Amino acid sequence: MGSARLAYEETFDCVQCGYCLPACPTYITMEKETHSPRGRINLVKMAAEGNITFSELEGPINLCLGCRACEVVCPTNVQYGKILESAKEVLLEEKGRRSFFQEFVFGKVFPNKKLLRAAGAGISIYQKFGMQQVARKTKAITLLPEPMRSFEAILPETQGIGKRAKFYPAAADHPVYKIGYFTGCMMDAMFSSINTKAIKLLQAAGCEVTVLDEQTCCGALQSHSGHTKVTKELAKRNVAAFEAYDLDYMVNSIGGCGAMLVEYDQLFSEEDGKWKERAEKFSRKNVDISVILSELELPFKHEINKVVTYQPSCHLSNVQKRTEEPVKLLKSTPGIQYVELPHQHMCCGSAGIYNLINYEASMDILDEKMKHVGALKRKPDMMITTNPGCHLQMKLGVEREGQTDEIEVVHLVELLAVSCGIDT
Amino acid sequence: MMDEVLGQIRNIIKEQKRILTDKADLYSYSYDASFGVHLPDIVVQPKSAQEVTHIMKLANKHLIPVYPRGQGTSLSGGPLPVKGGIVLDFSKWDDKLEIDREDMVAIVSPGVLTSNINDAAMEQGFIYPPDPSSSHVSTIGGNLAENSGGPRGLKYGVTKDYVIGLEVVTPEGEIIRTGGRTVKNVTGYDLTKLIVGSEGTLGIITEATLRLYPKPQGNQTLMAVFDEMADSGKAITNILSAGILPAKLELMDNASITAVEAYEPLGLPTDAEALILIELDGHPAAIADESERVRQVCEAADAKEVIIAANEQEAENLWKARKLVSPAIVREKPTKISEDATVPRSKIPAMFQRLKEIKEKYQVDLVVFGHAGDGNLHPNIIADKRDKDEMQRVEQAVEGIFQAAIELGGTLSGEHGIGTLKAPFMEMELGEVGLDMMKRIKQSWDPNHILNPGKIFPEPGQKLVLSDG
Ligand SMILES: Cc1cc2nc3c(=O)[nH]c(=O)nc-3n(C[C@H](O)[C@H](O)[C@H](O)COP(=O)(O)OP(=O)(O)OC[C@H]3O[C@@H](n4cnc5c(N)ncnc54)[C@H](O)[C@@H]3O)c2cc1C
Ligand code: SF4
Ligand code: SF4
Repeated sequence: MGSARLAYEETFDCVQCGYCLPACPTYITMEKETHSPRGRINLVKMAAEGNITFSELEGPINLCLGCRACEVVCPTNVQYGKILESAKEVLLEEKGRRSFFQEFVFGKVFPNKKLLRAAGAGISIYQKFGMQQVARKTKAITLLPEPMRSFEAILPETQGIGKRAKFYPAAADHPVYKIGYFTGCMMDAMFSSINTKAIKLLQAAGCEVTVLDEQTCCGALQSHSGHTKVTKELAKRNVAAFEAYDLDYMVNSIGGCGAMLVEYDQLFSEEDGKWKERAEKFSRKNVDISVILSELELPFKHEINKVVTYQPSCHLSNVQKRTEEPVKLLKSTPGIQYVELPHQHMCCGSAGIYNLINYEASMDILDEKMKHVGALKRKPDMMITTNPGCHLQMKLGVEREGQTDEIEVVHLVELLAVSCGIDT
Repeated sequence: MMDEVLGQIRNIIKEQKRILTDKADLYSYSYDASFGVHLPDIVVQPKSAQEVTHIMKLANKHLIPVYPRGQGTSLSGGPLPVKGGIVLDFSKWDDKLEIDREDMVAIVSPGVLTSNINDAAMEQGFIYPPDPSSSHVSTIGGNLAENSGGPRGLKYGVTKDYVIGLEVVTPEGEIIRTGGRTVKNVTGYDLTKLIVGSEGTLGIITEATLRLYPKPQGNQTLMAVFDEMADSGKAITNILSAGILPAKLELMDNASITAVEAYEPLGLPTDAEALILIELDGHPAAIADESERVRQVCEAADAKEVIIAANEQEAENLWKARKLVSPAIVREKPTKISEDATVPRSKIPAMFQRLKEIKEKYQVDLVVFGHAGDGNLHPNIIADKRDKDEMQRVEQAVEGIFQAAIELGGTLSGEHGIGTLKAPFMEMELGEVGLDMMKRIKQSWDPNHILNPGKIFPEPGQKLVLSDG
């Protein structure tokens, strides 16, 4: 036995009422209780009591998206996230260090900015030299496994990073807020221009923005795969980085990272000494960009006459509990005709790297999501997202439906930037 | 033998993924929303009456118990596979939901979620009135088997008042149709009503024909606050005897008011002994007149405050208080024992008194709220099931509640059913002969006792047990 423990006590908060069943995407697509929140909580309890083995617990836990839609609807406030993470940690420990790949990617590549930048730059070189075209034409791509192949087709044109400044003074004399900007690693490798636009939007809305050099990966992917130790180390680095500055808020444009950042306090216990308190303070200061922008005045310049719908990021809605702000911003953008996506709070199936690890399960969920898009009475021209993972997944969804020419997938920040005439 | 049976089930069910035998799967169908863990041997997810008949015939041949299951939200142990065997999960059989405008009926498969029926009806200008609070999770099959009801029961009745026809697979594996599409039907015994509320012990419902109602044109919500529990009782009686029949009439006691306020401050009067929530529905002119009269009646009964919601938003806020009772009361301790003993309306004040005594005598955390309009109170006991000593006191308190309800001319269960949980008390309410007549019905429908055994009828020496294991 290692140090990891299943969150057994927490399972008792579940009264097995089943209210979470209709909210769970995997219960809908996989069609059995085993893949429902109530089922998973019960299995964690059964594993803790020794009624089932850890390997019997593994399938249902690995197939959970971690979207936490179940928490929001639970009438007794079951801490599903905690139960899930505990199971992941225990399963990882049980398996030993079997997955070298994951270990390498989560432990080394993500936290290391240089390596990630290299990866990002790699993608951009690949695109610049038209390799993408060549690869597609020669069908070299078919040699890739299907998940990689699908995502290759929708990868964004990356810009490589480099030219971003460290400090952006406020547009007016006195900054409304002093903001530290959290770039995220995946986001900055693949969508660095969104980060730059986000910073400029904040600036245009009257904030001064600092891009903290010392920041590192948020730790979400590590945490969701059970690597708690690495996660804690990353968290400490981010907390310390933040403390070195005098800031009103830390802001990010990544639903998933934001969720991790606002829950840093839960990583630490009394045993970690001062860290718990420091993390709590940090978590309170972290917000999604939509929170700040919806509170301030944006200098809109152009009308965008498009029908727009929005697929919320689960982690923005269910963990950060920010559901109204992005919609408020959308509705305030001149020219926009907003249509609400039915079942918008159902996960798109992206869920960190779920779509790479559980490709087929993820595509079943995506198909369900695209059914809802198809059911819209007014066809949208744009699909807005608030998280890079969702962004790629929705792009893939649109492509799978053969609608790439009709529906443009756009991050909320990009839309606002266009309307405010911000170009990077 | 199970291997042989499994082999044959594999021939009956087309898609093999609808047959579950992994341990993780079996454990996932071993519980419901009540107490106890019971492992089935096989779980099958049928999607046609044909599949069900074949399984029932097979089960009869090998004398294997079969348990129908909806979404497992039963609060009385209804779908628990207490003797092992086969669980039939109907929650995935939800392909049929037809609204017939001319006949004003809905025809549905057993796994359709109840709230989806109401939503589909609303689109066509109708409502399906039965509204158990679990209607967005529970299946119509489960609702029919438990004869579920909800707040609207006061005015519109419960599930049994809306079902006019069923397709049923008998325990011996034959398909029968009961009732039809007409509201009036007196041809022979009313088997439809016999099946409704039989908790899956007499037959398996594979399709239902349900009556719909025209959608009311408007509604109005009111809240009245009282210093004395007895005054709220008086107000309830007087509203009804003034010829006003609200769609809903719900009550919260001081313990539930303070719990909600501590959970999420809504500005509720925490010093009040009780509050009632009323929803009127009908023609806008009629409800405007009625809400004024309700206000007068409540004030005459010494209400210290009456709030009339000015718009939908305000109405929603008032109902929020009632919705938050459940999450609010489990904040301190996780286990909720939700009783639904019901008394005649006139006995509500007396029942309140008895509940107060029970709370003191057994030192349990007892909260009362519920459908006061029809006497279906929900005394809830909050406990921690890991605390053995406390759970023993809870068991005694629950027995006390049953006793009180029956002595006041009421019943063990208004809507949650008997299942395993209340079986030991059946004779107390029905008497020896009454119970025996029920047993004879069961015997003639299910001679091999294979359909949902261990429910409704007590096993010799069976006692109330609220702890797992
Ligand atoms: C939080 C909460 C609130 C609730 N509120 C209410 C309420 O307001 N009013 C109320 O009445 N109940 C309420 N209930 C109880 C429960 O939701 C109802 O009894 C519901 O009808 C059960 O439906 P189900 O689909 O979950 O069925 P299950 O719990 O799976 O099964 C219930 C019974 O039906 C039988 N059954 C299921 N399907 C079939 C079928 N096709 N043919 C024959 N038998 C079948 C089962 O064998 C079992 O005996 C509540 C429960 C919870 C957890
Ligand atoms: S909603 Fe909450 S209490 Fe109910 S079954 Fe799901 S996790 Fe358990
Ligand atoms: S986190 Fe999402 S996928 Fe996992 S159990 Fe909850 S609702 Fe289902």
